[in-house]
Amino acid sequence: MSAVSQPFAIVYPGWDSDATPATPRNVPVSGGEQSPAATAVQAQFPGAVVRTVVSRGETSLIVDATEIHAMIAWLKDDPTQSYEYLSDITAVEHRDLALAIEVVWHLRSLRFRRFIRLKVLIPKGETLSVPSVWDLYKAADWLERECYDMFGITFTGHPDLRRILLWENYKEGFPLRKDFPLRGRFSRSEQLKNALAANPEARYSMEELSIADAFEELPLDMRRRIASGPKTGE
Amino acid sequence: MGKRTVEVELSTTGMGLDGKPQRVPLFVGGDPAGLAVAAPPAMEPELEGEHMLINIGPQHPATHGVLRLVLEMDGETIVRCIPHVGYLHCGFEKIGEYRQYNQIIPWTDREDYLNSIGNNVAFALGAERLFGIDITPRCTVLRVIAAELSRIASHLVWMGTTCIDIGAFTPFLWGFQERENVYNLLEGWVGARLTTSATRVGGMAADIPDNWLEGLQGFIRTFPKTIDECERMLTKNAIWVGRTVGLGVMAPDEAINHGLSGPLLRASGVAYDVRKDFPYLDYETYDFDVPVGTAGDVYDRFLVRVEEMRQSVRILDQAVKRLPDGPINIDDPRVILPPKHKATNEMESMIHHFKNVMEGPRPPIGECYVAVESPKGEKGYYMVSDGTSKPSRWRIRPPSFVNLSAIPKMVEGHLLSDVIAINASIDIVMGEIDR
Repeated sequence: MSAVSQPFAIVYPGWDSDATPATPRNVPVSGGEQSPAATAVQAQFPGAVVRTVVSRGETSLIVDATEIHAMIAWLKDDPTQSYEYLSDITAVEHRDLALAIEVVWHLRSLRFRRFIRLKVLIPKGETLSVPSVWDLYKAADWLERECYDMFGITFTGHPDLRRILLWENYKEGFPLRKDFPLRGRFSRSEQLKNALAANPEARYSMEELSIADAFEELPLDMRRRIASGPKTGE
Repeated sequence: MGKRTVEVELSTTGMGLDGKPQRVPLFVGGDPAGLAVAAPPAMEPELEGEHMLINIGPQHPATHGVLRLVLEMDGETIVRCIPHVGYLHCGFEKIGEYRQYNQIIPWTDREDYLNSIGNNVAFALGAERLFGIDITPRCTVLRVIAAELSRIASHLVWMGTTCIDIGAFTPFLWGFQERENVYNLLEGWVGARLTTSATRVGGMAADIPDNWLEGLQGFIRTFPKTIDECERMLTKNAIWVGRTVGLGVMAPDEAINHGLSGPLLRASGVAYDVRKDFPYLDYETYDFDVPVGTAGDVYDRFLVRVEEMRQSVRILDQAVKRLPDGPINIDDPRVILPPKHKATNEMESMIHHFKNVMEGPRPPIGECYVAVESPKGEKGYYMVSDGTSKPSRWRIRPPSFVNLSAIPKMVEGHLLSDVIAINASIDIVMGEIDR
């Protein structure tokens, strides 16, 4: 808060790695050397790793959904792994609708300059639900919300799993699912009608901020709109 | 960098030497000597603890696009901040699933539109990893030039708009003059200024024209002077220092945990730069430094970005000197379009041209995640191919989206006017956040 606060000690990535990073060349399309994390995870969580795939020089571990949270926690905290940076959380649905939906975590170890991808396969027809890693990485907050918004995957344990890019009472479903048509589900006039009826002021953060006392001080027309709109944002 | 002492040259009234505003006692009442300070009226009991709701945006010049911040305030102190994004959402990732790889490149222009050619380079690198292609040496160096020019242009916009937000106008004009030079260079190369679409899978859309390098060398010569001038306006300016030091501090472990990247993370003292730690485009062979801050505040983010521009000039200088002759595209007719005269005269080339345009190049089945250091941070493209000419999933890892998600943490406890400075320091581009 003040100009004379203690300066931070500088963290240099790769502080426990001797290898000199270099631009990857002639990366094989499939096959290659496995990341050391793959064997370590297999030893630590026997039976939890369904499959290990090495593709384009990147190791993907396809793991059991029940173990994913413990595994990421271990990868983050174990000093031999130290995957302290969460790059991305996303999901993949394949064009072949028989294939399972994949939830993908991209982790980086700044300490050893390593990268690993973890995947959980959710077969079609099962509940789209995986544990949240929000308690481990705060970066997961919006990434999980976006993944929920676009795919409808519930991250159990996330404190505030709302839609993020689309509005809360968006009716058309989850846009990045393959059964969602490119132009949207409804006709243009219906989409327009829904958008106009969305009543964004209903989510004017009254509930979010729990200062609903101010409600009486709002202009009358706004109060009416808020009162008529659906209550969301809980 | 590393040193943290800032000499305040311009001491203005009401500004202490530590760069913080001094409280000037206000005298009221009939005390001619002006010695007795009138006691402030006792706060009305019902006003205590009553929080106020302030809404900034989505249409507000200081939100750099269409960001909406809902602030719960106690007096002028922020108690809570709730950001709302999504006003610019247009489904890039969905559209990408219906486009061939080369057809996605124009979409990458439009997501982070201040860094369009840098995004083109990043996407092409990702697609080439997916295809299993290694690009030519000349193309590698040209892409480095493109990426660094784009970094300079983006940082100049950041500096200019942040100055405007905080109240300085001149560096904005000086910065935009130089940005104009960068865009003139890009226009001479690829024909477009903002939406460049300069790369193709396996090469570039066009080689640089004759005498283009002289123009670039002229820019390399003159640009550091502009940085010096802007720094002279800002770095030791009492108002600038007073409005940026100590704001939005993120400790290194917090910054890593929040997934920050780019200048934000480096200002917090973590020297993570994708160009150094997970290199691409032979960045490990260039001689450049990664500036690191030690306070993690808005002022350090400014210093880091300014120094990054200088380092980009260093990289550009080395790239111009080492630019080899040779082809810019790889020699593979399955991916690269044949030259026009061949396509119209030779049967084989015509077939390749037809197949490339109508069907599009097809990568092997698989996936890859390729990250580059964009001006905003770690920008990643994650692509999944099912063997057809269109990706079955194209994911953008947006650095400003993840950086912005830490804004409630950064602004907590600060004043309303500081929110503007902190928000500006994140360097958000809503096109990239909402996609």
